[in-house]
Amino acid sequence: MSQNRVDEYRRKLVMAAGGVAAGAAALASGFILREANAGGEAPTRPADQAVTNARRWGMLIDVTRLPDGGAAMVAACKQEHGWGDEGHSSDAQKAHWARVVKVTDKLTQNSFSLPVMCQHCEHPPCVDVCPTGASMRRADGIVQVNKHICIGCRYCMMACPYKARSFVHENLTDQRPYSPRGIGTVESCNMCVHRIDEGRLPACVEAAPDAVVFGDLNDPGSAISQALKAMGGKQIRADLNLNTGVRYHGI
Amino acid sequence: MASQAIIFRETREGRGFYILLAVLGVFLALGAIAFFYAEHHGHYVTGMTNQVVWGMPHVFAIFLIVAASGALNVGSIGTVFGKQLYQPMGRLSALVAISLLLGGLIVLVLDLGHPDRLIVAMTHYNFRSIFAWNIILYNGFLVLSAVYIWTMMDRHAKAFYKPAGFAAFTWRLVLTTGTGSIFGFLVARDFYNSAILAPLFIAMSFVFGLAVFILVLYCAYKWTGRELGDAVLNRLRYLLAVFIGAVLLLELARHLTSLYIAQRAGVEAFILHDGGIYTQLFWVAQILLGSLLPLSLIFCRKLKNNHVALLLAAGFAILGGFAQLYVILIGGQAYPLTLFPGAEVSSDYFDGAINAYTPSMWEFMLGVGGVALSLVMVTIGVKVLRFLPESLSDAVAEPHGGK
Repeated sequence: MSQNRVDEYRRKLVMAAGGVAAGAAALASGFILREANAGGEAPTRPADQAVTNARRWGMLIDVTRLPDGGAAMVAACKQEHGWGDEGHSSDAQKAHWARVVKVTDKLTQNSFSLPVMCQHCEHPPCVDVCPTGASMRRADGIVQVNKHICIGCRYCMMACPYKARSFVHENLTDQRPYSPRGIGTVESCNMCVHRIDEGRLPACVEAAPDAVVFGDLNDPGSAISQALKAMGGKQIRADLNLNTGVRYHGI
Repeated sequence: MASQAIIFRETREGRGFYILLAVLGVFLALGAIAFFYAEHHGHYVTGMTNQVVWGMPHVFAIFLIVAASGALNVGSIGTVFGKQLYQPMGRLSALVAISLLLGGLIVLVLDLGHPDRLIVAMTHYNFRSIFAWNIILYNGFLVLSAVYIWTMMDRHAKAFYKPAGFAAFTWRLVLTTGTGSIFGFLVARDFYNSAILAPLFIAMSFVFGLAVFILVLYCAYKWTGRELGDAVLNRLRYLLAVFIGAVLLLELARHLTSLYIAQRAGVEAFILHDGGIYTQLFWVAQILLGSLLPLSLIFCRKLKNNHVALLLAAGFAILGGFAQLYVILIGGQAYPLTLFPGAEVSSDYFDGAINAYTPSMWEFMLGVGGVALSLVMVTIGVKVLRFLPESLSDAVAEPHGGK
């Protein structure tokens, strides 16, 4: 089943690449995303094959094509991983792997909304500060928490510039088998690593296929690389020089 | 080494000893209850959130850890800098240091999401993490302080007294550099992310450690009927003033620098002017009560040789220290992260908003439990081993009129 989907994404990839070549100088920003509107590609990785740094997963989010500011993406993430319904925790204590942030320039009053989640930095401060190495960056660029050796010190939450991480404040029930969570540990967006390893797209990408391209940043021919080359892609807090894997257009 | 002429003696067994232990035991029990309660239910019973992730337990823990390294300073002045008046207090200084560190660490560990995984923290090291380095520094400090005590207590080990003193002194400076750097290395938060936090924490350690040491020394001597002369107390008194001045200077430099940098103007305005409880704690508790009042008590001519004034100065310095750490830790987190400089941000998850934090009773209980543990260790330590000189009267402390 997933093979079919992968083939479909590959087809879209070729189309997107073709679109870039054909569109030449007159590329409109939406064009690339429209052509790659399946949301990108994620080839299946056999389970016995190690993750390597040959690939670096990333996503480009076109904020101008998100009329809801990314609320559907956030809802899909919540549904996929089951966070945010902790019964005892206060609003400030509940887990938030992703959220919609509204930004208004103080001077110009120019305003836009965007979904903010783990930005999957190349140089993640959360990984640097973690005393045990539980906060880790997989070879393919996915930043996540090894919940077996997380001691719950929350130093990574102090270090993250994006407030992308949550601490689980209570016992949990009814967890998703593919996305285990645990009291006393820190968690965050893991780019739906369970899906990527099966050749599927992250849940949020599927929820907004017209606005998001997902794929391999290391492959210059990938839809995301082509789209980024054509449209550019900004980072939140680019001044920190973290080289994020999540990029935005229209911010 | 002056302590050759000094006789060290355990404190006597008496009702006071057991009353003190019983009182401290109550606080220890409260700490234990708080730990088990939060451990059972999860951190939702505390005031800490995903916005203010470190709270009151961390204020207590960091105070005790910073004070620990400062408490060792009294011994170091005798050993490293050769000031004879301080040498008889070296043993107690190291005992207080070890006790404070363990009290702080227990609070830190018991507040972890997974205190049961302490062994993981001891076996998995990420050497890019200053936190991991701190774990090594804490353990090393305990070992070096213990060795230092040994060289002071065992005349066969006397040859190692100086090297052990130097090693412990150097280590404690590195340790507090590491503690300050826990915040100094945080790139994302406007109120931290500065190298000055390392020397600031060292200066703070001098104040906190000495203030605690003064109170412990005074109580230990008064409650056991031993003599404690003005020579020792006055030396400690003026030393405390010097350290408070050093903290004020570094705080001034830190805040002026931040005020100068437009990027940090927001958080500075928050802490110094608009921050409500944080602004009040900074100006009233830290600066006025915690710094200027102790300096006045110390330098007021009429209060010279006044023991109550000295105890008050030390007590207010401790109060100011707690306030300072509260402002740094909680105030620094209450101010929101800057996602888009120059823009206003909002969300359903407190972006752009000042984060609220109200410490819960459990957090206080845990913190106070850590303090109680430190004091229990000191109380038992001076009872079972020869930490305290029989007398620190002026004749003993300064046999030749001092120098």
